[in-house]
Amino acid sequence: MSKRWELTVDGHCENLATIADFVTEAAQAWGLNEKATFEVQMAVDEACTNIIEHGYRGERRGKITLCCECADDDFVVTIRDNGQPFDPEAIPPPDLTCRLAERPCGGLGLYFMRQLMDEVRFHFDAEGNELTMIKKIS
Amino acid sequence: MEITTRQLKRVDVVTVSGRVDSAAAPRLEEALKAIVDANRFRICLDLKDLEYISSAGIKVLISFLKTCKRWNRGDLRLANMSPYITEVFDLAGLTSLFQLYPSIVDAVGSF
Repeated sequence: MSKRWELTVDGHCENLATIADFVTEAAQAWGLNEKATFEVQMAVDEACTNIIEHGYRGERRGKITLCCECADDDFVVTIRDNGQPFDPEAIPPPDLTCRLAERPCGGLGLYFMRQLMDEVRFHFDAEGNELTMIKKIS
Repeated sequence: MEITTRQLKRVDVVTVSGRVDSAAAPRLEEALKAIVDANRFRICLDLKDLEYISSAGIKVLISFLKTCKRWNRGDLRLANMSPYITEVFDLAGLTSLFQLYPSIVDAVGSF
């Protein structure tokens, strides 16, 4: 059994709640438990925030298209945009052990995405940017 | 997101509910800034009805934790955090930086 849910919105922070509702509904429809649903919606929220703030470098500069599908035991979220590409490997993981005074306030978005999902893959080409995030259901 | 602030004698209590994503984080920042601008640095956040906080909201909390703790003048303490949000704080290594309390009464009483 497979089903696709798709949503396209303007890249604007005010749309993050709509995106969260969309992902939550799809995850629940597929039977993800409450914890997994929370984690997926957080990873998607962080990804879309990065697209708006860094990819599009501001609000309302382009669209974000989300697709949720289920394949075997995977809940797969694909996010497409046409913002500025970036090198995810060039972003260092945060230092979680340093003292408060040395601790940067930000830099947690990509780290959360990688921690909360089982797989996070970026693909950038002339067609645009595609982020695939997978949550194992079982 | 809804925010209400309540000034007690020694502590300010900020109740944050709903979703704190990057659209809402600036309003959380404004509410906390109004308190520290009044030279009040002992702040308790009641997160009983907080459904979600993103890295944008967490960034605001870390920033004000630093501001409040500077020169030992105060602290930003968190109460009633849900298990999922506590797990996110754990992932980010923040449960050792913030003092967490099971109730707002405990948090206020800790000052």
